Amino acid sequence: MASKHSSSSQVYKFEPINVGRWLIWGLFALVLISAPLVFTSSLGQMILTQMGIVIIICLSYNILLGQGGMLSFGHAVYSGLGSFVAMHTLNAITAGSFLLPVSLVPLVGGLAGLFFAALFGSVTVKTAGTPFAMITLGIGELIWAMSLIFPGFFGGEAGVSGNRIAGSSSFGITFGPQIQLYYLSAFYLFICTALMFAFTRTPLGRILNAVRDNPERVEFVGYDTERVRYIAFMVAGFFAGIGGAIAALHFEIVTSENVSGARSTVYLLWTFLGGATFFFGAIIGGVMAVLAFVMFSELTKAWLLYLGLLFLFMVMYAPGGFAGLIMMNLRVAAFGFLRKLWVSYLALGVTAMVALLGASVMIEMIYHLQFDGALGDELKFLSMTFNAKNFDIWFGSGFLMLTGLGLFELCRKQFLQEWGEIQEDIENEIKRRQALS
Amino acid sequence: MSYALELKDLRKNFGQTEIIRGVNLAVKAGERVAIIGPNGAGKSTLFNLISGRFAPTSGDVFLNGTQLKGKKPFEINRMGLSRSFQITNIFPKLSVFENLRCGLLWSLGYKYTFFKFLADLDDANARTDELMEMIKLDNKRDVLAVNLTYAEQRALEIGITIAGGANVILLDEPTAGMSKSETTRFIRLIKEVTVGKTLLTVEHDMGVVFGLADKIAVLVYGEVIAFDTPEAVRSNALVQEAYLGSPDQQDQAGGH
Repeated sequence: MASKHSSSSQVYKFEPINVGRWLIWGLFALVLISAPLVFTSSLGQMILTQMGIVIIICLSYNILLGQGGMLSFGHAVYSGLGSFVAMHTLNAITAGSFLLPVSLVPLVGGLAGLFFAALFGSVTVKTAGTPFAMITLGIGELIWAMSLIFPGFFGGEAGVSGNRIAGSSSFGITFGPQIQLYYLSAFYLFICTALMFAFTRTPLGRILNAVRDNPERVEFVGYDTERVRYIAFMVAGFFAGIGGAIAALHFEIVTSENVSGARSTVYLLWTFLGGATFFFGAIIGGVMAVLAFVMFSELTKAWLLYLGLLFLFMVMYAPGGFAGLIMMNLRVAAFGFLRKLWVSYLALGVTAMVALLGASVMIEMIYHLQFDGALGDELKFLSMTFNAKNFDIWFGSGFLMLTGLGLFELCRKQFLQEWGEIQEDIENEIKRRQALS
Repeated sequence: MSYALELKDLRKNFGQTEIIRGVNLAVKAGERVAIIGPNGAGKSTLFNLISGRFAPTSGDVFLNGTQLKGKKPFEINRMGLSRSFQITNIFPKLSVFENLRCGLLWSLGYKYTFFKFLADLDDANARTDELMEMIKLDNKRDVLAVNLTYAEQRALEIGITIAGGANVILLDEPTAGMSKSETTRFIRLIKEVTVGKTLLTVEHDMGVVFGLADKIAVLVYGEVIAFDTPEAVRSNALVQEAYLGSPDQQDQAGGH
């Protein structure tokens, strides 16, 4: 955008319908409506519903991490408590002691998330940084410990279960069939995503970014940073609670695992992998979280180890997550330089696959010997069968991994150089265009 | 009469060390006051005491007649005092436009609003555009602050400081680290954007100080040894001995 002069108020008034925005939100709605028509199996629709749940929670987590710079280790407290309150509400509806349509149970979960965020938030948000992270960790542990102490609310080890076909149904919608529950979750996903996106465009949303960047300066432009963080924390808690409540409806059981530190880590990890610096990063993260769980946990027992490796590499080489990678490459593509890079990408991909193949064969053999040793030394992996005690296999896979890594490193250096040159070209192009305008 | 800014026997100790040792200063509305003094005289500490970043050990600060004791920085800012920082203190990952807009949202009453779109805040956006022109960054509207040149970042720092329309402005070494020609241009900018406001500034460049200020306060080892017009300060024997005449005058005048 070029400079605007004193008639700027007019410029802001004149905003023709933003075609791009309508297109994106329209597409989003279309994808949500048509997805179960493509994936018609019950399993497919269950996966879609789970994606919706995780996306809502990851988006709410990103209000803290990406927009507010608050690294929380206890986000599952708010989604999980939302789940529990929703489940108790559902059971009260079933018992007839509480009149509420099941479709509004997610809102109850949201209010529960909001309530607990308001309760614990006041001590959490005093500062950002390390104290914030530590306190969220502490509160997470506290709630986890309490879940074992108060079986009345948390249901002990068995958890609390319920039946989502509760109360009176209207128009024959009971939310019993998976497809009906999917559309309920899709509806909430769309509304929550729209609201959370809108939040980033409001005065508070922007000041939250400023608090992330430089809290001290914010204090000197009239804002109480603690208050800003507190409100954001409550907003995040509200949406996390909605996600948690839909999870309660979906699984029809809530256990203490839902408020555990492990669950909080899942949200942190996938929000980061998706890309915390962009709004849509958390959506990518949510989709990938469910896909990875469904696909890789079938493929290999060691999938958490691979996930850990992926996380490690992303933190080191792509801290912007997948959304960051996408946006960086879109920028390159917009200036027409992407075709210069495809050879490098191919080389990176092939060498990485070679290294990964070598590493994964070794990992699988170790896992096999450790956990399935009783089943004999034969191991099936990627439709190959081999002996886990065969020296040649060990040597071969080690050789593959090291060669792959070495070549990958060479390709990476070459790539970085090319990437740097292209970025320079882009900067020059931008300057040239500025000079022309 | 009441002053725009008044310091009464202000003191600050860090541990056993007295940094500010009983400063009295009264600045009338609309006056431009420069605080000069050798390194370590306590100039920045004085600013931190006034703006609420540090609490004084004893003594009082009055802003337009209201005592500031115990007030937090954001409360003092809301009362009409705004400050800049010696080390550039902006929002690096926000654009120039966003930086300035963040500076004025509170003053226009938007506070913690999250049910209105920024794009619909016509007054805030128009005022931000005005500010951008004032500090001559209107051609860098969407550039991230971290990508600006040093001089541009300094200008943005001033822009954020004046954005909220405060009537008492504290500028902590606004020209620190600038070249001679940049400094001259920058001082002109400061004069333009602070018209009609009470200005308190720390400045090292002597030539600049004498051109900018109505009055000069000389701070030496935590005490104001002179507070007068530039001419009177220049001819003040005490000042000459303590500061202007000292061997490190050349260092000071040369910037650092």
